Amino acid sequence: MSQTVVQKILAKASGKSHVEVGEVLEPKVDLAMSHENAALVMNQFLDIYNGTGLDAKVWDPSKIAIIFDHRVPAESKKTATNQKLIREFVAEQGIKKFHDIRGDEMGICHQILPEYGYVRPGYVVVGTDSHTTSHGALGAFSFGIGATEMASVWTLGTILNVEVPATIKVEINGKFQKHVAPKDLILYVIGKLTAEGANFKVIEFHGDTIRKMDTSGRLTICNMSVEAGATSGIVPGDEETIRYLREVAGVKDDIPLTIPDRDAEYDRILEIDASTLVPQVACPHTVDNVKPVSEIEGLKIEQVVIGSCTNGRLDDLEIAASILKGKKVAKGTRMLVFPASGNIYREAMKRGYLNDLMEAGAVIANPGCGPCLGVHQGALGDGERALSTTNRNFKGRMGNPSAEVYLCSPAVAAVSALTGVITNPNGGN
Amino acid sequence: MAKVIYKLEDDISTDIIYPGRYMATVLPTETPQYAFADLTDLNKMLNDGNLPQQSIIVAGKNFGCGSSREQACSTLKGHELTVVARNFARIFLQNSINLGLQTIVCPEVDASVGDEMEIADNKLINKTSGKSFEIIPLPQARQSIIDAGGLIPYTRKRLMQNVGK
Ligand code: SF4
Repeated sequence: MSQTVVQKILAKASGKSHVEVGEVLEPKVDLAMSHENAALVMNQFLDIYNGTGLDAKVWDPSKIAIIFDHRVPAESKKTATNQKLIREFVAEQGIKKFHDIRGDEMGICHQILPEYGYVRPGYVVVGTDSHTTSHGALGAFSFGIGATEMASVWTLGTILNVEVPATIKVEINGKFQKHVAPKDLILYVIGKLTAEGANFKVIEFHGDTIRKMDTSGRLTICNMSVEAGATSGIVPGDEETIRYLREVAGVKDDIPLTIPDRDAEYDRILEIDASTLVPQVACPHTVDNVKPVSEIEGLKIEQVVIGSCTNGRLDDLEIAASILKGKKVAKGTRMLVFPASGNIYREAMKRGYLNDLMEAGAVIANPGCGPCLGVHQGALGDGERALSTTNRNFKGRMGNPSAEVYLCSPAVAAVSALTGVITNPNGGN
Repeated sequence: MAKVIYKLEDDISTDIIYPGRYMATVLPTETPQYAFADLTDLNKMLNDGNLPQQSIIVAGKNFGCGSSREQACSTLKGHELTVVARNFARIFLQNSINLGLQTIVCPEVDASVGDEMEIADNKLINKTSGKSFEIIPLPQARQSIIDAGGLIPYTRKRLMQNVGK
């Protein structure tokens, strides 16, 4: 019987040959990721063991990853103390996939997992972060869960009561025009599907645009699949997945691929011609409020942000640096750049991108989530407007409910930083 | 009988329910004070503690979209609120089930602040307006977590069964 890629992954993880949409399973977990919210997971985990007389030991320390990224270096004594308690727990439990606040290994969790080869095609990955959908870029079934659910995974190694989700197939063909990027594609898809259009479903990406897209672009589109409500986005593994895992992540062992059956059944099929796409912007305060940039050109912006798990990778910094090199960020506009990982930061430094950006007036922050969630860096003032390559523009995101966040690609962000107003990179002269 | 104390629009995100700047506060005993921190009237109403015995918040579609932060559930659970929405975002709904926050999926819900509501036979009855609305029941697999008293006791039971094997 024909199955989607997620049906196949879940069947294997549940010891079955075939599963139906809606069936309830308890799949084995291959990787369980948390960040600073491991503090809450620990609390719930100890609560599970409370009164059992058993030693509270995680099911398999080699399958747990903990990455500090949300508030690094700590912005408060509360965060610092949480981080300290997590460090002690990590040592006690023998968790090795731990990335502390260090320039040689730090980064945003959704960048670290692929970079270090922690995620493989066919894996079941869960993370206490909604953008865990990112790892579908490597052909894994990867989704966000809450802290208590993670405590349950740490205990049992399986995830209880997973319903096999229906899948929406998005087929994208054609070549992008100049200054059109995977970010524009996913914003366009979210605009079409709406913010809840894929709730409880998986989005499977196909077509030659996707096949030719590198893993960085695939991470962008899977990352933002959750903004259409999707449980997960997924690009079935292929040659590019193997290339990335070998060349970037340094994986040496076998990389088997899981691909969907040709005649798998989909809930819905969406076809997109990539060659007709223009740069897109998601306007406040929902990610599905998407418009072509040409419709909102000229809006003044006080802050430009380039970074995050969505668009803080080397190719994103490269395009920004190429646009800003030898020029100046407009007066009255602040430009903040935060690379997604230490490896990216150091490579961008070597290649001179960071220097070009700084000379133009940008501030380079340390790798981490930074302004994306507005907790300790880059918060907005009352009534201010930001243009950002991050993934959410909800009211209050970036730290101020009376400010506005617009979302776009790195090219749109960089061009707009020069003018101080939202600008179409393909517009006019 | 429960009373509607507040109405919210569509797409209420976890950034509204529990702003990111309070994320370092994790314990369910400490999160309730920050519920809807940026909706100052609602936050004050919750923290003043003069709420009816059973209080309901009525929202539109896609309630709880955004972050997986579980504080967004524990903060509401701490005030013993019931959330009625046209539908919920997946992670929020699962977190609510796991923690025992009462959520009601009611696609047609129509109510105003002050209305008295009652649940009977899979229907939400608005006693004030006299209208009643269909409730979408949770799938059985999720109901079993609620019946066990939440995911912590449910997992504990499974752990003990595994140990016994
Ligand atoms: S960069 Fe933003 S979206 Fe990505 S993990 Fe950090 S807070 Fe979440």
